Amino acid sequence: MTDSTSAAGPTCVHGEDETRRDFLYLATGAMTAIGAAAIAWPLVQNMNPSADVLALSSIEFDLSPIEVGQSVTVSWRGKPVFARHRTPEEITAANDVDIKNFRDPEPDSDRVQKPEWLIMVGICTHLGCIPLGQKSGEPKGNFDGWFCPCHGSHYDTSGRIRVGPAPRNLDVPEYVFLSDTVIKIG
Amino acid sequence: MEKFMQNPIVQWVEYRLPVFAFMNHQLVDYPTPRNLNYWWNFGSLAGIALVIQIVTGIVLAFHYTPQADLAFASVEHIMRNVNYGWLLRYVHSNGASMFFIVVFIHLFRGMYYGSYKAPREILWWLGLVILLMMMATAFMGYVLPWGQMSYWGATVITNMFTAFPLVGDWLTTLLWGGFVVGNPTLNRFFSLHYLLPFMIVGVVVVHLWALHVHKSNNPLGIDMKGPQDSLPFHPYYTIKDMYGLGIFLLVFAYLVFFAPNMLGEADNYIPANPLVTPPHIVPEWYFLPFYSILRAIPDKLLGVIGMFGATMILFALPWLDTSKVRSAKFRPIFKQFFWLFVLDVLVLGWVGKNPPEGMFIIIGRVASVYYFAHFLVILPLLGKFEKTCPLPESIGTPVLGGGGEMPSGAAAAKREKS
Repeated sequence: MTDSTSAAGPTCVHGEDETRRDFLYLATGAMTAIGAAAIAWPLVQNMNPSADVLALSSIEFDLSPIEVGQSVTVSWRGKPVFARHRTPEEITAANDVDIKNFRDPEPDSDRVQKPEWLIMVGICTHLGCIPLGQKSGEPKGNFDGWFCPCHGSHYDTSGRIRVGPAPRNLDVPEYVFLSDTVIKIG
Repeated sequence: MEKFMQNPIVQWVEYRLPVFAFMNHQLVDYPTPRNLNYWWNFGSLAGIALVIQIVTGIVLAFHYTPQADLAFASVEHIMRNVNYGWLLRYVHSNGASMFFIVVFIHLFRGMYYGSYKAPREILWWLGLVILLMMMATAFMGYVLPWGQMSYWGATVITNMFTAFPLVGDWLTTLLWGGFVVGNPTLNRFFSLHYLLPFMIVGVVVVHLWALHVHKSNNPLGIDMKGPQDSLPFHPYYTIKDMYGLGIFLLVFAYLVFFAPNMLGEADNYIPANPLVTPPHIVPEWYFLPFYSILRAIPDKLLGVIGMFGATMILFALPWLDTSKVRSAKFRPIFKQFFWLFVLDVLVLGWVGKNPPEGMFIIIGRVASVYYFAHFLVILPLLGKFEKTCPLPESIGTPVLGGGGEMPSGAAAAKREKS
């Protein structure tokens, strides 16, 4: 645009006029860009979680009814969260292992706040299926933890990936103990 | 432009699909009468209004639920929970009003300057088809929030079809998908409300095609006779259209941000109740003149025919207006009758807003009769008896003081630019 104007010659004689015309083009272009961005923003932003969805972003959950060796699944932001009351054997198995060769090396102590309570998001880090192993009788995989039936990922008693295609351990959500047995997830 | 066309990628595309030459021909070099005034802004504004409606509508459909038990709540969800949902909805609902304001002005401009006359009759028809489709779309869109006015508006409008003899009841049941307006009605209205705007886009394309065959009419109503009568569309009319767009957006923004419910009805914030009719039902403002004609005629079938006839008669306008002169500028008597007709439509709108009682009934009847008399009596007679003023020789003559030649500076500078 600008260089073709200068090529047009006869209408603009002095360099001074050129500068003003250039300034006008730039100012118009800048305002157009700002305006376009201001219009685009609500059109994109409305697709993000709405206020009612965000209002459900944290939940409180009472762990006390869960017996040793029992697992419970709670829904948090529409995702399953596994809460397992681990047996002493499981805690030992999770700790007495060399994590160096794991795909996602993480000591068990980094994954739990209290060793008997394992809280994690029950979604396979491969492609989003829900691993089996919450209910008794379900396959728990080679490491007595969880097993994802979709593509065969085996998780151990700390929810760490040991065998299979998943790239990461099962995610641990942000949570705090409000009392000895009540947690707030999110 | 020439530099752009020499780019090898542009040339590669151009050789296979001459899209750049096409766009240059239709949007840049496109010869436009040099004397267009601001009333010619409203065509492009209508196109922009349509785009705004489609974009905001698609986004609203992300969040809306077309189900009788959930629809009202989902609209409130849009207003309260969805990020910028209030903005999107107010832009969409006021955008409909802006679209109609713009299209009505566009239509009256065509009537004032005789744009419907040969060889632009099909262009005129296509515009009327767009108007009818807009009305259907707007009506069905108004039903979607499922408030009291939505529900009872839908009931009243669809009941009009019962006026038709023999097939009336069958047709109405077919429309409703039940024995009253209900969930099936809401579902199909949502589907059609989404479909129709894209069909409008299709008709708009044909409308523009027809427009570009004989080019724009102009305030003098005479044909362009050569390059001295025209200007390239870009930059002369792109800039003029953008200036008008700025004004349009100011008015639009005022409505959206300061008076978003001014053109709406408070009753539509009450959830639909099939057992209670609101005491005073009014359609949206853009239907009011037609609504008045419906109420003015004390017979069910004739009222409906009158209302539809009020739009249908516009299709015959190119033949009802028998004058050879297009522009009202050279038709002193027609000019006065034109403004009388505008006033008549405004009166019909005002009557439509008020309850059908007392003097409103009489005014409504007089105005309705005059509406049809304008087309069926005044226009055919005017063409025969009106003494028109002499037409200028060419568009260029009055502008350029008889020279006929384009001022060298402007013409030459433009040539080089494009």
